Amino acid sequence: MPRLSDTMEEGAIATWHKHPGDRVEIGDVLVEIETDKATMDYEAYEAGTLSQILVDEGATVTIGTPIALLDNGEDTTPAPTTVHETTPSPTPVASAAAPPEEDISVPVPEIVAPAPTFTRSTAPLVDEGDRRFASPLVRKLAREHDLDLSKVLGSGPGGRIIRTDLNDLLSPGASAPTTGVAPRPVVYTGEVVDQKRASEPVQLSKARRVIARRLGESAREIPHYYVTAVADAEVLVQMRADLNEQLAAGEPKISINDLIIRASALALLEHPTVNASYLGDESPTMLIHHRVNIGIAVASKNGLVVPVIVDADQKTVAQLGAEAKQLALQAGTKGLTIDQMSGGTFTISNLGMYGVEEFTAIINPPEGAILAVGATKREPTVVGEVVVPRYRMRFTLSSDHRIIDGALAAEFLRTLTRLIENPWRIVA
Amino acid sequence: MSVVTYRQALHDTLRAEMLRDENVFLIGEEIGVFEGSYKITAGLLAEFGERRVRDTPIAEEGFTGAAIGAAMLGLRPVVEIMTINFTLLALDQIVNHASKIYGMFGGQAKVPLVIRTPGGGGQQLGATHSQNIELYYAFVPGMKVVAPSTPADAKALLLAAIRDDDPVLFLENLALYNTKGEVPDDDTPAEIGKAAVTREGHDLTLIGYSRMAYVASHVAQELSESDGLDIEVIDLRSLRPLDRETIINSVKKTHAAVVLEDDWLTYGIGAEIAATISDGAFDYLDAPVRRVAMAEVPMPYSKALESAALPSNDDVRNAIYQTLDAIGRRHHKMGQGHD
Repeated sequence: MPRLSDTMEEGAIATWHKHPGDRVEIGDVLVEIETDKATMDYEAYEAGTLSQILVDEGATVTIGTPIALLDNGEDTTPAPTTVHETTPSPTPVASAAAPPEEDISVPVPEIVAPAPTFTRSTAPLVDEGDRRFASPLVRKLAREHDLDLSKVLGSGPGGRIIRTDLNDLLSPGASAPTTGVAPRPVVYTGEVVDQKRASEPVQLSKARRVIARRLGESAREIPHYYVTAVADAEVLVQMRADLNEQLAAGEPKISINDLIIRASALALLEHPTVNASYLGDESPTMLIHHRVNIGIAVASKNGLVVPVIVDADQKTVAQLGAEAKQLALQAGTKGLTIDQMSGGTFTISNLGMYGVEEFTAIINPPEGAILAVGATKREPTVVGEVVVPRYRMRFTLSSDHRIIDGALAAEFLRTLTRLIENPWRIVA
Repeated sequence: MSVVTYRQALHDTLRAEMLRDENVFLIGEEIGVFEGSYKITAGLLAEFGERRVRDTPIAEEGFTGAAIGAAMLGLRPVVEIMTINFTLLALDQIVNHASKIYGMFGGQAKVPLVIRTPGGGGQQLGATHSQNIELYYAFVPGMKVVAPSTPADAKALLLAAIRDDDPVLFLENLALYNTKGEVPDDDTPAEIGKAAVTREGHDLTLIGYSRMAYVASHVAQELSESDGLDIEVIDLRSLRPLDRETIINSVKKTHAAVVLEDDWLTYGIGAEIAATISDGAFDYLDAPVRRVAMAEVPMPYSKALESAALPSNDDVRNAIYQTLDAIGRRHHKMGQGHD
């Protein structure tokens, strides 16, 4: 089972596209795999013949588990143990075949065992004695960070441990030292169903369980604190109305949220240390991200998903709006790819459309902060000596206090407020 | 700055160097009256006369030897050998004389010689006229071997080669002669032995020279647009001396490399690059270094077979995809493009 996303720990076989005996070419879709985030095509990176399927459709296995055997077409023995049996026996077969002379001066070489016929296989070599295959880069990182590679499952060719397999060990909140044997989320069973509360067990989707685990980790491990600001949105609302009046028929309307995405991107450019990640207590460094990739929290039928708009600081409001709409639409149909959901540096959650005035959000790790945006509403506002109705908007920044101090959060919000109150700066 | 072809850049540079230094002269087959098999020397006989543009019999060993003697006595000969395949006839002069004289005779005579010669297949010239054997000369201490892939480098490296006091094999390429590019007006020579990072990136290092440096830039640009890949491209520009530092520093950053060469895989330039990476960046590798080279056959004459034997853009893309797979990087699709 290949690792298809950073957070994937197990995967389910959705559909086999190849069947035993089928010829497989490099790039052929072998199988559709359902991960915690999406259903993805998995392509062969070696050619051969699919000799056996080891995991049936519908079954779920942890990453690293062999799911099928691919051979080079020469070895037609389909037994699943073939891979290990072809390992040459260390017993020197040569001793029997060696010439019987006693006085032979040249010692008979011991390595005259029959030449092994190697079976090409995508199945991980779990071990070869104590030797675990790891790339040189991984071995260097293991030395530097004192990592125990014996508990890491390799996802590279032949089960090689590669840099990406260390993500969990080297990323913030690496509490579990293994990537392969993560604790399963607790699943309540019928025992807690009681008559007094008329309870009914409802199966959690894979996606929901991932959301639950990750948000739990974030809330437990990241010292969150919250800073709220309020901006006068009178000019912003007017500007948006003016912009939308100028649109040609069929052009999508610009939303307040599109303007907030762009304003946040600009504010992050001004305060790059908010666009950052804490790497864990053992790490002497933090990461400051030089690209501004903004995640948009979207409520889909599968639960919360966060598609990412990359380089949001380099896109116009209209481009951001179009991309956000497209991603939300795709999320609704479970069509988001792993790529579309990774690489975020900051997240925006907007509940304004529900009329929510203000709220706080939980940070989406490994990001350093998340912005919770409330509704833009008219409310009585003191202007000079009189109270007048004005559009106002509240937003709350949740920050990781390990890298973002209160004063920095306040400065970030001051920049954001200034942009919202002078909205031509957002589009200029 | 003007946009000219690789061919024109070579012609203009030869002419400018002949005007600058009267010790510079040209010698080779069909370069005068016929104006060169690939027209690099067009008009130069008429302008400079027979003393400085010497047509020779079909005798590579003879005229290369004559040029070596002239160089020892203070002239700066630029030899044209019609294709690199014919340098084999002058192999003894180049390997046993040009490259050895300075060292063997205690520095009493320098050999400021340039041998211009094009390599490359793809023109249906058959097995004996389509080889890429610059490796033979890059192997020899005492030689310098440079291989420009752009008109700008054709100029800068030819300036450097003519002004260098050591024998330089100047590798051109049949497929590059008509490529165009910007060429600076000033005549600053390149530094022989310096590679160029022609595209910066973080996902993988793609290394090539001559035609394959051109292919590398092209494929890297395509993959940036189609797959969002961020590939670093190194144009070696010089095979001896080899700029190991630039290669190693790049791989330390990207953790993966694919090496491209137009010659055969076995014992090729790519093997030297792979060994260089293993020596200097072993602890930074997350996947084995992959090589893309031509098929291990004498070049077929048939167009279809010749195309199949040469490394294609698809071969390069697939090697990149396979390397990215090996380091767990997702990409959008396997190579389905057509060249």
